[in-house]
Amino acid sequence: MTPDRLPAPALAALLSAVTLALLLASLVVGYAAIPMGDAVAALFGIGDPLEVTVMQQIRLPRAALAAMVGASLGLSGAAMQGFLRNPLAEPGLIGVSGAAALGAVLALQTGLVAAFALALPLTALLFAMGAVGVLLMLAGPRGGSLTLILAGIAVSALTGALTALVLNLSPNPYATAEIVFWMMGSVSDRSLSHLALAAPVMVLGWAALLTLGRGLDALTLGEDAAEALGVSLVRLRLTLLFGTAAAVGAATAVAGAIGFVGLVVPHLLRPLTGARPSTLLWASALGGAAMVLAADIAVRVILPARDLKLGVVMALIGAPLFLHLIWRTRSEGA
Amino acid sequence: MTALRLDALTVHRGACPVVDHVSLGIEPGECVGLIGPNGAGKTTLLRAALGLIPATGSSSLAAMSPRGRAAAAAWLPQAREIAWPVTVERLVTLGRLPHLRPGTRLRAEDRAAIDGALGRMGLTAFAGRRATDLSGGEQARALIARALAQEAPLLLADEPVAGLDPAAQVATLETFAALAAEGRAVFVSLHDLTLAARHCSRVVVLDAGRMVADGPPSDVLTPDLLAQVFRLRARVHRTENGPLIETTGVLE
Repeated sequence: MTPDRLPAPALAALLSAVTLALLLASLVVGYAAIPMGDAVAALFGIGDPLEVTVMQQIRLPRAALAAMVGASLGLSGAAMQGFLRNPLAEPGLIGVSGAAALGAVLALQTGLVAAFALALPLTALLFAMGAVGVLLMLAGPRGGSLTLILAGIAVSALTGALTALVLNLSPNPYATAEIVFWMMGSVSDRSLSHLALAAPVMVLGWAALLTLGRGLDALTLGEDAAEALGVSLVRLRLTLLFGTAAAVGAATAVAGAIGFVGLVVPHLLRPLTGARPSTLLWASALGGAAMVLAADIAVRVILPARDLKLGVVMALIGAPLFLHLIWRTRSEGA
Repeated sequence: MTALRLDALTVHRGACPVVDHVSLGIEPGECVGLIGPNGAGKTTLLRAALGLIPATGSSSLAAMSPRGRAAAAAWLPQAREIAWPVTVERLVTLGRLPHLRPGTRLRAEDRAAIDGALGRMGLTAFAGRRATDLSGGEQARALIARALAQEAPLLLADEPVAGLDPAAQVATLETFAALAAEGRAVFVSLHDLTLAARHCSRVVVLDAGRMVADGPPSDVLTPDLLAQVFRLRARVHRTENGPLIETTGVLE
């Protein structure tokens, strides 16, 4: 049987086209009905000032953040699966998203959010970076993948427990509700300043993660063989950690916890890439962007009045997809 | 130029030396068999020679930069890992990694190396198949082809023929001997003493981390050595194709 892969240029064209179409759709779909032509013009500051404000201040940051958050999660998921050689790995495994969430929750709880506009994402980002520091201290700069996973689980468990503690001790039900809603994950009502804070950090993370292709390809043969092929595993691991922390930390800082993207997207695209880890990196970035954009459009279309949260919809889409993948894997193995 | 030089190479696990002051040189044109009972330190010696684990003493390969080492030696580990369902051709192409600059396409010489390696291991018909769908022995051959495609002057292989059918075992060692005849060098750990005797130009015997013999198979493989190192009662028949070892029992 010949594996059902697409040639890389065809795959790139297909995924880019889908992502671009969804990006456009995300700009056009919304509460205010603005025709496509006017919407694009308003994006560049031409036309009705009200439409310009809606497009530039509301829809542009939302669409751009959905795409960038999705790309960050997809890319980190593919990198993490490639490094651990395990299709069940996902970016949350190393505890970065948990730490970012804890930072955000603390900012909400202490009232730091009221102090200045970007207090929440900044605190979240700081906690994500702190988590990497703790992780490196626990796993050591040379430790194997198993110690890394164990350290990640420890950090995740601790941040999860502390987040629960904050909720538990919260004296104010409004603050509690705010925290719970934030943790469900969303890209609505984000401003251009959110985008300006998160985008450079995410791009930095992507730049680091996209250099890993060669090393991840070599790791198909195992750690020993990869090292003998000239891959420095110590450097690869550091780059992976910092890249994931930057991309996922910044994504969680502005959008909250959005699960399943990093797990499901690489899974879905792996067969189309011929299972090549390097191809899967950029493919999962595009696929992740498309998936989160689609979910964010769904949020607005399905129950526009109820402020459905992106993270909830993502999990509702992601879990059945994952079940389907398990089903397929099982029938292939039989 | 010497393909590999080890000087008093020693690896400690805790206080106890697993590889103990091993010194040897391997020249181009040699196919050297590394034999010894389980736990003698064969794998540790090969990994330390590559610089993959910390060791004292010196190894010419361990002293190189990672890239330089990848150009000087190909390494075929004992663990046969194929993490993803890539095609056999793609798997073998990984051997060309040290020759390719990041982001560049395969050149004619890379294609030739890949096709040559596939042909040598009898895998040309399997090129488009998923490597993970193959049988264990076929996967082992695909991984050997990957190491061959690297076209390094030295090939280090750790029990490459374990689990292969008899014909594939002989074919693999004939391929290694042919590589040596082409002027490359091979250092291969083996358990089958007759295979080592027939196809290697030299054997190195390891026992409890120490090198106890090093020389042509007909000189090294004596009933005394087999008794001392392997606890085997054996007769060694001299044939025109080298020594043939007939085991008659195990010493208590």
